[in-house]
Parts: sequence; structure tokens; C-alpha cells
Amino acid sequence: MNINWFKYSSPQTFYPLAGRMIPWFAWAASIFAVIGLYISFFIAPTDFQQGEAYRIIFVHVPAAWMSMFIYMVMAGWAALGLSLNARLPAMMAQALAPTGAIFTLLALVTGSFWGKPMWGAWWVWDARLTSELILLFLYLGFIALQSSIDDPRKADKAGALLALVGVVNVPIIYFSVKWWNTLHQGSTISMGAAPKMVTTMLLGMLLMALAFWMYTIAVALMRVRCIMLERERASDWVKEQALSVGGNT
Amino acid sequence: MQWSSWSAFFNMGGYAFYVWFSFGLTALWLVWEVLALRKRSAVALNLAKLLAQDK
Amino acid sequence: MTIKARHKRFILIAIGLALLGLAVMLILNAFKSNMVFFYTPTQVVSGEVPHGTSFRLGGLVVPASLKRQDDGLTVHFSITDTAKTVEVIYKGILPDLFKEGKGVVAQGKVGANGVFEASEVLAKHDENYMPPEAAEALKRAKEAPADVQLK
Repeated sequence: MNINWFKYSSPQTFYPLAGRMIPWFAWAASIFAVIGLYISFFIAPTDFQQGEAYRIIFVHVPAAWMSMFIYMVMAGWAALGLSLNARLPAMMAQALAPTGAIFTLLALVTGSFWGKPMWGAWWVWDARLTSELILLFLYLGFIALQSSIDDPRKADKAGALLALVGVVNVPIIYFSVKWWNTLHQGSTISMGAAPKMVTTMLLGMLLMALAFWMYTIAVALMRVRCIMLERERASDWVKEQALSVGGNT
Repeated sequence: MQWSSWSAFFNMGGYAFYVWFSFGLTALWLVWEVLALRKRSAVALNLAKLLAQDK
Repeated sequence: MTIKARHKRFILIAIGLALLGLAVMLILNAFKSNMVFFYTPTQVVSGEVPHGTSFRLGGLVVPASLKRQDDGLTVHFSITDTAKTVEVIYKGILPDLFKEGKGVVAQGKVGANGVFEASEVLAKHDENYMPPEAAEALKRAKEAPADVQLK
């Protein structure tokens, strides 16, 4: 058991494995996205209060879910890297951060484009919107901190500490609409309660979330491969890898 | 089917700008991320190849 | 380490610190005032809201309270939390979702005559999504004028 884990936790064995996994996740993401978009636009009915504008929910909510979920996974990898002092988990955390930042920004921007026609404002400083903005700063801070330290091992440690401190913010985002008066409405989907939306709308939203999830795995694997090549460019396995692929130099 | 015609579909009940901007931006950003990573991978491999050939 | 690398590092650390500082500032600011995004009419009537300063008032628009003046811009309506009601005057364009019996958040201050003078009106919608037919059926089944919760 142990032997197996250690085998796959070294970059030279994980690199080709990740390469074989990427197409599967990319295909899954595409298929879920096509079905999800079809349901979002052609099957899901018009909303009784928001008309067609509510369809922004099909990108906004999945993006917001991913922004929080990726942060938790990233912090988990960072903690694993910190406690085992291992390379691969730290690289996974580093690979997830930019995608998490993109989904956070997407949640903020699509929310803004939904808030303007529905609420009447592009932006308000309520607890939900403010805490999501802080999440964006946490991602950007993590990326900036990691790239500002030359020694990769030290950069991993500093980044991991920041990522772990920032975890506090995730439950704040999630429960902000419950704990405080916010302009943002409460949760449509919550644990222990029936979803407050019709099944076809829910199905579209879940499929889009699934598509984003598969996309995230594919893209994180792509990025972790880049990080491995860049960090270990002097090692023999990278040289072998580089010489085995075609193309001009 | 929700729409009486394609123009009704593109009009999105008068919210075309907001809806299409949101979906368009999402698609654009995600595609850009994939393309940027492909480029980054090619650059890293090329550099490693140069290093390997240098010895 | 070359000068250039040190420069780059310094700039990145500065950006990182600035972002962190901004995050902390936002958190502190949020705890200070924005955790209470809006006050309820009950709080306003009982005098929990400081006089003369601008704040947000949230609640439901009282059905049949909306009146438009002849200039076509100035509107009067009342906001209620079902316990207390506050009258509002507002000059401007109302958001698409503004409806009697639905949620609303208005920014402004209480005038001399006790009327809330709003400078901005935002619509607050709930977390329910369904087709119009379903909403109609639900309304008929419930027979309640406002089936909307504030929170």
C-alpha cells in the first residue's frame, strides 16, 4: 500500500499518468457542458419573477461553488504538502490556485451582470459580495506570495500557511446570507432542505457545476505538468521527457 | 421548447446583453486558460530540450 | 541573486502585502458597518437608527401603496416588515424587479416629516425559482398576498 502511494507521489511517475488522465476529464467536461447548456437554455422554463435574466444562474452559481470548493481542495493539498514535506501535494495546490481565482472572478462578474438588471446595482457592499471579493484577494495573495519566493520549498511553506489561514473565509461566504442581512438572496440549494427551484432548472445547474468540476481537474492536471517541468528542468526525467517529444527547438 | 423563434432566443426577454455577456465571458476565459496552458507546456518542454541537448 | 530578480521579488512581495492589507481592511470595514446591510422598519420606528445619517432600509413594499407623481419620476410607497411601516419618497427609476408585495432595500435618510427620503432603491428577490404557472398555482393554493420571506 505504502509503496504504491510513494510511487505515484513522485513527479516522474505522476507526469505521464496525469497526461493520460487529462483527455478523459476534458471529454467529460465537454459532454456535461453541452447537455447542461442545452437544458439551461431550451428545457429550463422562464422564471416567474426574473424572466429570462435568471439564466445567468447557470454559470454564476456553478462558478461560485467551484471558487469555494477549489479553495478547500487547494488548502487540503497545501496542508498535506506541509505535513509530509512532499513536493507533489504542494505542486497540486499551486496548480489549482489560478483556476480558483478565475472562477472567483467569474462568480463576481456574472453576479454583477445579474445584479444590475435585477437589483438595480452592479455592486453592493453586503456580506456575501464582500466575502467573495476577499476570496479573490486570498487566491491572488497566494499566487503572488508563491512566485515572490525563489526557493520552491520555502515558497510552498509560505503559500500553504496563507492558504490555511484563508480557509476561515469559506464558511463565512457560505453562511453570510444566513448570518447577516444581505441584499443577496438566501441559498436555493442547502443541506437538509428541498431545493427551492423546479427540477429542470436544478438539473441544468448541477450539470454545469459537474462540467466546471471536470474542467477544473483537467486544467489543474495540465498546469501541474507545466509546474513539474519548470521546477525540475535540470533533472534527468524531464530531459528524457523533453527529448522523447517531437517538435523543433 | 421555450422559444417561439430564434430572435426571441437571442433577445432573452430583453436581457440579452447581461445573459450573453455572462456566458460569453465564461466561455472566453475558460478557453483562454486552456490555450495559455498548452503554450506554457510547449515552452517548458522546449527549454528542457535545449538544456538536455546542451549537456 | 541579480538586482533584477531582487527587484521583481520586492515588487511581488509589495503586491502580496497590499492585497493582504486590502483584504484585512475590507473585513474590518465589513464588520464595522456592512454586516448590517439594512435596517428594518421596526428598528427605524423604535429609534435604533441614528438620525440625520444615511442608512439602508429593507422590507416588503406594501401592496397598493405605490403612487406616482405627475412628473413621472417621483414615487411614493411604503416599506413594511409586517410589524411596522415606513413611508418612502424616491425620485428616480425603479429596478425591473420592484413590485408591490416584494422585497426592497432603499438607501437614504429620514426627513423632517418622518418620511424616508431614498436616494437609491434596490430590489431584493428571494431564492425561489419556478415557471410562472407554478408560481400562480402556488399563490392560489396559499391564498396569501405575500408569499415572500424577507430573509
